[in-house]
Amino acid sequence: MQNNCIYLDNNATTKVDPEVVEVMLPYLTEYYGNPSSMHTFGGQLAKAVKTAREQLAALLGADESEIVYTSCGTEGDNAAIRAALLAQPDKRHIITTQVEHPAVLNVCKQLETQGYSVTYLSVNRQGQLDLNELEASLTGNTALVTTMYANNETGVVFPIEQIGLRAKEHGALFHVDAVQAVGKIPLNMKKSTVDMLTLSGHKIHAPKGIGALYVRRGVRFRPFLLGGHQERGRRAGTENVPGIIALGKAAELELLHLEEATKRERRLRDRLEQTLLAKIPDCEVNGDTTQRLPNTTNIGFKYIEGEAILLLLNKYGICASSGSACTSGSLEPSHVLRAMGLPYTTLHGSIRFSLCRYTTEAEIDQVIAVMPEIVERLRALSPFKNDEAGWLQAQEQTLAHR
Amino acid sequence: MWDYTDKVLELFYNPKNQGVIEEAEQAGVKVATGEVGSIACGDALRLHLKVEVASDKILDARFQTFGCTSAIASSSALTEMIKGLTLDEALNVSNKDIADYLGGLPEAKMHCSVMGQEALEAAIYNYRGIARDVHDDDDEGALICSCFGISESKIRRVIRENNLTDAEQVTNYVKAGGGCGSCLANIDDIIKEIQQEAATPAINNYGVKVATDIANTKQSQLGLTNVQKIALIQKVLDEEVRPVLIADGGDVELYDVDGDRVKVLLQGACGSCSSSTATLKIAIEARLQDRVSKNLIVEAVEPLL
Ligand code: FES
Repeated sequence: MQNNCIYLDNNATTKVDPEVVEVMLPYLTEYYGNPSSMHTFGGQLAKAVKTAREQLAALLGADESEIVYTSCGTEGDNAAIRAALLAQPDKRHIITTQVEHPAVLNVCKQLETQGYSVTYLSVNRQGQLDLNELEASLTGNTALVTTMYANNETGVVFPIEQIGLRAKEHGALFHVDAVQAVGKIPLNMKKSTVDMLTLSGHKIHAPKGIGALYVRRGVRFRPFLLGGHQERGRRAGTENVPGIIALGKAAELELLHLEEATKRERRLRDRLEQTLLAKIPDCEVNGDTTQRLPNTTNIGFKYIEGEAILLLLNKYGICASSGSACTSGSLEPSHVLRAMGLPYTTLHGSIRFSLCRYTTEAEIDQVIAVMPEIVERLRALSPFKNDEAGWLQAQEQTLAHR
Repeated sequence: MWDYTDKVLELFYNPKNQGVIEEAEQAGVKVATGEVGSIACGDALRLHLKVEVASDKILDARFQTFGCTSAIASSSALTEMIKGLTLDEALNVSNKDIADYLGGLPEAKMHCSVMGQEALEAAIYNYRGIARDVHDDDDEGALICSCFGISESKIRRVIRENNLTDAEQVTNYVKAGGGCGSCLANIDDIIKEIQQEAATPAINNYGVKVATDIANTKQSQLGLTNVQKIALIQKVLDEEVRPVLIADGGDVELYDVDGDRVKVLLQGACGSCSSSTATLKIAIEARLQDRVSKNLIVEAVEPLL
């Protein structure tokens, strides 16, 4: 297995920080007790879990009692949506956006078959929401507004406080999927309009299999997972102690590095983006470049296809991600880029580079060095080119009329 | 990460025959082009063939492909495979042949090989001046998958040609069902139907539609695919041969087609008749040669008792 790659796919997952591994390790070996046990062997663990909870709460600007551990971001999203609906059985309307993660979209789709109505807010070409559309969609029947904080594909950041204000005015709960935002945007839940917030450990240098849901004190929460009394009755199941300890440490490190790391990542990202745009003709940044995560850039390289680009990048040991879910066999382009109304010429050739605090100057240089050649090479193979726009335009038009 | 064979990777990293063939100034040589796919689907192929008019031979083949690794490798493989073949021979290249040449493709990428086969057909049809929409039954019949605009006949064809047994495989081959998924249940039904047909021994009539179209245009001797050829043979037997034999107390059933050898089962009076060889030659072979292809040879096979 290749492990010395240039890893620019940090929105997919991140490397576990060595310090995190170190603090977590004893809980996989020596301290294997169950924190719910009465004996001291287990009891000692409860203390460590409490410390980890405080560390995570500090990153969120929250109280430790407001943290509910989960297994992943998907569980957090599912639990928050279900909890909001169970707590308000009379309300049957949900508002979300077209560009959410499937962990939200697929729950909403299922709820539609169960008698709920769902409004999927649109986004503009920059991937940004229209608050007037939100305003117009809110009614007294709206139980929940659930939106992401930052988009995983484009990095576009939504104005969540403003969304929250409007939700409050109509008496709706507000859940935010902040899986991509935590650790990249400073958070202070004490001053926020957010009622529930999802995060995931493996996006912030903790291992996979641990996440958390912030639930504002006072918000009625009905559990999704039923069983024992763990997590103050809000999430049954024996705690993932090593994961919790790891997430605590990861949160502490994120908070410690937040300011300087985001500055660095932004600088490197901007250099990567601007150099590629300057060196390669016919490409553009997808998404709002002002309201955006500091670590993400999504660039559409016209007339070529993403998977082919990825495989050539891979040859140079560079890991990135494409906007086409070609694993599905359908080569369906990403629902996020489609919702933004990008033309197919750009959609299929969109590549996401996502950085982290480990990304180095030299790694960015390497991408800048190889990318123009890769694009040129694939364009030489492509039947779609500027000078042959006829075939293309005809196709784009037919599609627009579908 | 896709699990690609070395051959796929080799042809992706070092594609052979990429590019365009300019309209030849050479006497006796023509260039044919076929385009399939679309930028919306995420893959498209433009195939260029240089054909020696007198011999119908493909002197050179080049491609331009928009698509993923396996689309590029499939296009490159196709051009390698067809160079030196006559157009008729090239029409026999199936998508499975392309995949086999590559040492296999991931299931979810089989549609890349289908695209290659379709572009080849398109190029040859263009060259022969046959309007493909008229002859290609793929565009006919009810639209099953509206996400990708795939008709029932096309779905039926890939199921049969590749012995597909579930809807997910169909998605892998032609994308139908890969969008919203609302057509998957219908695809399941089509598969079930085809499996039931296959279970009954009588030769089904799925190809007759194609054959009718071809026969109607009187250009049937031009570049038929295997399926089209068999369908046309079946049609001629059913409509022109059998009525005569039945009137004489006999009958004929198509048993197999192996290249240009048409194997039939003679029944009733024809089977026992001492002049059955003559019947074959005169009534069947001549008719098939006239209607389908001059090269056909008809043979009788012994019925299994
Ligand atoms: S109709 Fe076939 S996938 Fe949507």
